[in-house]
Amino acid sequence: MDMPIPDAGILSRKAQIVARLLAVLPRDAVIHDAAETRAYECDALTAYKCPPLAAVLPASTAEVAAVLRICHEEGVPVVPRGSGTSLAGGALPTADCVILGVARMAEVLETDYDNRFVRVQSGRTNLSVTGAVEEDGFFYAPDPSSQLACAIAGNVAMNSGGAHCLKYGVTTNNLLGVTLVLMDGTVVELGGAHMDAGGLDLLGVVCGSEGQLGVVTEATLRILPKPEGARPVLIGFSSNEVAGACVSDIIKAGVLPVAIEFMDRPCIRACEAFAHAGYPDCEALLIVEVEGSPAEIDEQLGLITQIARRHDPVEFREAKDAGEAGRIWLGRKSAFGAMGQINDYICLDGTIPVSELPFVLRRIGEMSKDYGLAVANVFHAGDGNMHPLILYDANAGELHKAEALGADILTLCVEVGGCLTGEHGVGIEKRDLMTTQYAPSDLEAQMRVKDVFDPAWLLNPAKLFPLAVTETRRAA
Amino acid sequence: MEGCVISPRDEAEMSEAVAGADGPLRILGGGTRPIGRPVAGAALSVAGLSGITLYEPGALTLVARAGTPLSEIEAALAAEGQRLAFEPMDHRGLLGTAGEPTIGGVVAANVSGPRRVTAGACRDHLLGVRFVDGTGAVVKNGGRVMKNVTGYDLVKLMAGSWGTLGVLTEVSLKVLPVPPISAALRIAGLPTAQALAAMTTALGSPYEVSGAAHLPGEAPVTLLRIEGFETQITHRTARLKDLLRAFGDIEVETDPAVVRELWAGIRDISTFHGVAGDVWRLSVKPSDAPGLLARADAEGAALDWGGGLVWLRLPEGTDLRARLGAFGGHATLVRASAATRAAIAPFQPEVAPVAALSEGIRRRFDPRGILNPGLMA
Repeated sequence: MDMPIPDAGILSRKAQIVARLLAVLPRDAVIHDAAETRAYECDALTAYKCPPLAAVLPASTAEVAAVLRICHEEGVPVVPRGSGTSLAGGALPTADCVILGVARMAEVLETDYDNRFVRVQSGRTNLSVTGAVEEDGFFYAPDPSSQLACAIAGNVAMNSGGAHCLKYGVTTNNLLGVTLVLMDGTVVELGGAHMDAGGLDLLGVVCGSEGQLGVVTEATLRILPKPEGARPVLIGFSSNEVAGACVSDIIKAGVLPVAIEFMDRPCIRACEAFAHAGYPDCEALLIVEVEGSPAEIDEQLGLITQIARRHDPVEFREAKDAGEAGRIWLGRKSAFGAMGQINDYICLDGTIPVSELPFVLRRIGEMSKDYGLAVANVFHAGDGNMHPLILYDANAGELHKAEALGADILTLCVEVGGCLTGEHGVGIEKRDLMTTQYAPSDLEAQMRVKDVFDPAWLLNPAKLFPLAVTETRRAA
Repeated sequence: MEGCVISPRDEAEMSEAVAGADGPLRILGGGTRPIGRPVAGAALSVAGLSGITLYEPGALTLVARAGTPLSEIEAALAAEGQRLAFEPMDHRGLLGTAGEPTIGGVVAANVSGPRRVTAGACRDHLLGVRFVDGTGAVVKNGGRVMKNVTGYDLVKLMAGSWGTLGVLTEVSLKVLPVPPISAALRIAGLPTAQALAAMTTALGSPYEVSGAAHLPGEAPVTLLRIEGFETQITHRTARLKDLLRAFGDIEVETDPAVVRELWAGIRDISTFHGVAGDVWRLSVKPSDAPGLLARADAEGAALDWGGGLVWLRLPEGTDLRARLGAFGGHATLVRASAATRAAIAPFQPEVAPVAALSEGIRRRFDPRGILNPGLMA
């Protein structure tokens, strides 16, 4: 993955730039020693690393504005960073950039149950947003797998999803407002405690802009009353096709489960070996979860059972109590850990129309054979958000082969009417594939938005768009 | 050129029409929502771009050309037991317009109804768009899948941009199943502050209330809606009655036609139909609603979205914003004469740095300033 050649002028001015940053931040909030900047050399896409010029850890919106004003004047690129859990390389530095980490801004600023929102600083972790309100019966819905560690700043940057999006939507559907600092240090408020935009929906375009339009320092998040209860069922099938057809029938029947998770045989086996959840040894399994009171759950699961029976399941298991529910989720939740233990892996997140599931799974199987690399599938089936895990051995030099297979799978997703990324973001990982999904005029329209927010192209400039496409803008 | 309407038949012709335009264009869907500053320019109709191009009930997705009548889409969805969950308002009764609302118009105005409070707005159900920008270039963004973070979300930006950034040619929407039963809970006689408390209690409960509205006046009525399977309706009705006991007697309405009519009335603000006066629409923090109502001193009012949406009817030419002073959220002048809409900004003026961003985006999407120029100014 190519990154732009660092600006020699910036590198030579490091001492001056660091001195200016130290003038507006406490000493321990500016990290510039070469040994210490290595802590920021990568995010969760660990195959790519590069220590930044410096990293700063501001503690307030005013400090963020001061940092950005300096970097703007100095012409220094800034890479915003939440918790560094991006799987797409969204927070990967360049040698001439300043990493702006929001980890020191993690406070809850306002909790308002009557109006059902919380306002938090953006460095707060996803799970601790729910943690702040759950005793009072509320929760924050988007739940990415990394929710224990990932920050709201990164969630907003990537418009993160999770397992429960089918019912509750993704970040953008649960974000009411942000405090955004522009690259020149201007602070703007977009949205607030009200529900929709008064003019152009700038909040909508900031969410998911991968830290390229501004730095989000505060967010107003919609919170929801916790459901009375939830219960999963596990259904095993003799083929991916049948499992896919069952998903489609459940959705058509008018039941809206809160989650429909799908695992194929390679994934089931790995999870079973790792977590011993007692999964059946079958080609495909679904975990379907519904919410409500016990009677409401019975009614919905009754309907789902009827539909599943029509597809001759090889296994049907309904959780009788919390312990059984926990075991059903155990394997799914440990899937990534299980894979990590036996292999290096690349986790893709292309999304496809649900109707294309059987075809795409079959094609992935064929491609996997052609490349000689195993692929395990575990994903959010209700909304077509695939997660093929390409297993490879980095020590055997298989990374590039795995990346090539990944590119082929994502191209397939686009060909069947889907997209490159459903919830992880483009980052550097899928940057060069953007032209498979978008024509030049489509990319031009997106880049014009960045031209408005960040005319000098200093915020996270080497991400999301193919480098060749942005070259003249970055050089200007 | 008054009276002359440019009517492209497909996206390519739309692109040519915009590229070849030598002056301002007034973009027309069904023409049922004349909101915003009056626009002078040649009429460019999207009605020729019509038809559902893809509908997959099992994938909860529908794609349609922008000029497709909303009624055609709703009929196709109903045949499969599905619907647009954001419940788009029909503006004809309020604005006294005729014509056929189009899906493109719904998206361009980000039109949402009572269910917005829990199900989200039109923009939350919009998966993808195709549009022609002010230079005539065809742009697509998003797609037809439910989760998509590939590149910037111009889909949200286009929703509610009122044709000022581009002419929509095709939209892709998430659709949802229609629950088998819908019930309305009615409480009579509550003063506004108490009605707000009742709605807040209901929306803060786990019973998935999908509508919470209040009509003040001499005989105030507070309405809540629940939807679902039979067990859900029975259970939730009982629990809500219990929870809201302190607010008085609760009447439960389950006759499907009556329930539909009640919520259509809230959605389309039927209480203001045929009654003279300007109509304002405020999007606010719900708990601010009673205070704003008192300050507005309006001739008529209605609350939706649990208080987050406030409708006000005021004497013609009233500058409501001046009367209210500063408040969180925004006020839109939805119904007024062209003269009033020229004198009072229909859309809430933005603070300078935000206005600069909006203006910058408009200039880049429409460098010649020919698409509904000034409509949102």
